[in-house]
Amino acid sequence: MEILFVVLQLGTLALILALLYRPLGEYMARIYTSKKHLAVERGFYRLIGVDSATEQTWQAYMRGVLWFSGIGVVVLYLLQRFQAVLPYSLGLPAVPEGLSFNTAASFVTNTNWQSYSPELTLGYTVQMAGLAVQNFVSAAVGIAVAIALVRGIARSRAATIGNFWVDLTRGTLRLLLPISVLSALVLLAGGVIQNFNGFTEITTLSGGAQTLPGGPVASQEAIKNLGTNGGGFFNVNASHPFENPTAWTSLLQIVLMLMIPFSLPRTFGRLVGDDRQGYAILAVMATFYMASALILTSLERAGIGTAPELAGGALEGKEQRFGIFASTLFGATSTLTSTGAVNSMHDSYTALGGMIPMLNMMLGEIAPGGVGSGLYGLLILAIIAVFVAGLLVGRTPEYLGKKIGPTQITLASLYILVMPILVLTGTALSFAIPGIRDDVESTSIWNPGNHGLSEVLYAFTSASNNNGSAFAGLTANTPWLNTALGLAVLFGRFIPIVFVLALAGSFAIQDKVPVTAGTMPTHRPLFAGLLVGVTLIVTALTFFPVLTLGPLAEGLL
Amino acid sequence: MSAARTHLRTAGVAVRSMLLLTAVLGVGYPLVITGIGQVALPNQANGSTVSVDGETIGSRLIGQSFSDADGNPLPEWFQPRPSAAGDGYDAGASSGSNLGPENPDLIAAIEERRAEIADVNGVDPEEVPADAVTASSSGVDPHISPEYALLQVPRVAAERGLTEAGVRSVVEANIQDRDLGYLGERTVNVLRLNVALAAMGG
Repeated sequence: MEILFVVLQLGTLALILALLYRPLGEYMARIYTSKKHLAVERGFYRLIGVDSATEQTWQAYMRGVLWFSGIGVVVLYLLQRFQAVLPYSLGLPAVPEGLSFNTAASFVTNTNWQSYSPELTLGYTVQMAGLAVQNFVSAAVGIAVAIALVRGIARSRAATIGNFWVDLTRGTLRLLLPISVLSALVLLAGGVIQNFNGFTEITTLSGGAQTLPGGPVASQEAIKNLGTNGGGFFNVNASHPFENPTAWTSLLQIVLMLMIPFSLPRTFGRLVGDDRQGYAILAVMATFYMASALILTSLERAGIGTAPELAGGALEGKEQRFGIFASTLFGATSTLTSTGAVNSMHDSYTALGGMIPMLNMMLGEIAPGGVGSGLYGLLILAIIAVFVAGLLVGRTPEYLGKKIGPTQITLASLYILVMPILVLTGTALSFAIPGIRDDVESTSIWNPGNHGLSEVLYAFTSASNNNGSAFAGLTANTPWLNTALGLAVLFGRFIPIVFVLALAGSFAIQDKVPVTAGTMPTHRPLFAGLLVGVTLIVTALTFFPVLTLGPLAEGLL
Repeated sequence: MSAARTHLRTAGVAVRSMLLLTAVLGVGYPLVITGIGQVALPNQANGSTVSVDGETIGSRLIGQSFSDADGNPLPEWFQPRPSAAGDGYDAGASSGSNLGPENPDLIAAIEERRAEIADVNGVDPEEVPADAVTASSSGVDPHISPEYALLQVPRVAAERGLTEAGVRSVVEANIQDRDLGYLGERTVNVLRLNVALAAMGG
């Protein structure tokens, strides 16, 4: 019976996403190719001082991305520092400097790592005018960069890859905002709150006292999932009944997290003029997604470990209304995209079950990944796969008519290296520097033994991949972790983006190589299989040694 | 244009667009949703509160504790799951325990809870379901499993001088099926159950 429920739940999700794939993917393709501007957009371009008719070189595009994001960090930092004088701050003081930096970096990079407990730290103005705004625009930036790369591949002998300000504006106004309004209202109907009531003191049924929180939650919940951001309005994120009241709102949130990343392959197929290329990318994403969701569900259901066995099930850190299946599907989705929202506590998962969210992120979040970042991440791996295949058969590697030369393979390789370097260096430094090690062990780590290492490894994996979920027992609000994780989210986001845009520029300027009998087709199952294999070897294997010190040691010894 | 001027121009565009987008997305959007919510869905928008005799006594979505001032469970009420939020069901500080599967504290807590629940309800420790001995993710989980609710029937009935059959029928009336019949788990809302129980007198 329970297996049937698992299948029905996955089947419902797959059906909804399948129905969205073409219309949403093609709508996004139109958004980013249309020559027409809406009246409101023309007004917007005039106000910000942009010529929407002019396209940009990759360098100019990158300048836009970096300045816009940099200004975003400054604005969000200042909003937190001046919280005490902002309206609707619930009497909360200014956020300290280190935490403000960490939070600003985290939300601008689409990470939404939270070193703080929101209900004790942030008033409504910072949540709305600060965090929610970044939820929108960091997502729009991610999609823009992916579209820029696809344009580069699709064009030939072109000097430009689009206009960042136009892509940003259209992604926000035509895509993210309308879907957010609609889904916020549906979530509201399901019980997600939306008010400015502050904290309300009540006397409970048995005569005790309770403080009920308020807040504009539904508006934030919608975009936090749709934009694969993930930062919770409350400390416990989407396991809080005011954020996620019931099993169907949970499934809706899963759909919101997946709809854009899983439909972008269609957009990609449209832009490169071959829908089959989109299906190949989709197949790779879906393979990883299904495998991961099923493995995680099986492991949690098996409930191996001293505490879950003693309790009669792995329900520590899980809500009764979600049970195991609705928790693991959410957890897998959140870490396979770059969302990082949780409706159950990953820190309390079984040892091997808790390793799956980590592995999901270590894959580089490409199945389907964050909005935009998932697509460009997987396209980078496709370039590596084409290169490997080219070496095997002794031909010059090409992808979609573009030669993969030394420049391209260098950029792709550098992209691949950034994340593992950040994860492993950050984790290693946390234990290698004596003073920091003492602080990490005495203040930050919550669970003893191997699980403690897992908490730190999870944190750096999450930050470097811009995910934002946590083994939340870890106390991250310390000078070391606020700084190190803050830098990890910035480097983990913007260094790869620079490489992606450089790659886009290098592709755009190339001529198309005509298809010949010797061209390897990249839309067939053979290539999709190769891409799965390359992804596993390039990403996950890198982390095998460190995983043996954490979750593998805990789960297998 | 010199490099410095190009950067200055881009920075200006970035500042202006950030301000404009903040007005639209950070102020306009949440206010519109709040307006619609307060007019069309005021009950949900304000936290799905539950009232008894005109007094708000909680939210159907937020679990509350049924314990005395020292934190000891009151046997005449159905008990919720263990909570890691503050001193238990502190809705101002939601939290899971975040204890790992091999954490000695969690292992000890589960053993202790199982023995205690078996003791106060007069059942075999083996019969205590998993949700009764584990802390939820939010710390304000409003639900327990039907199994845990039914297990508490004899104790609650005896404490209140009600018939077991009467209390059992209230529990059964409060068992909520899975959403659409297959999403999530079957639940019993503890606050709603206890409100119904209080209405029975006894």
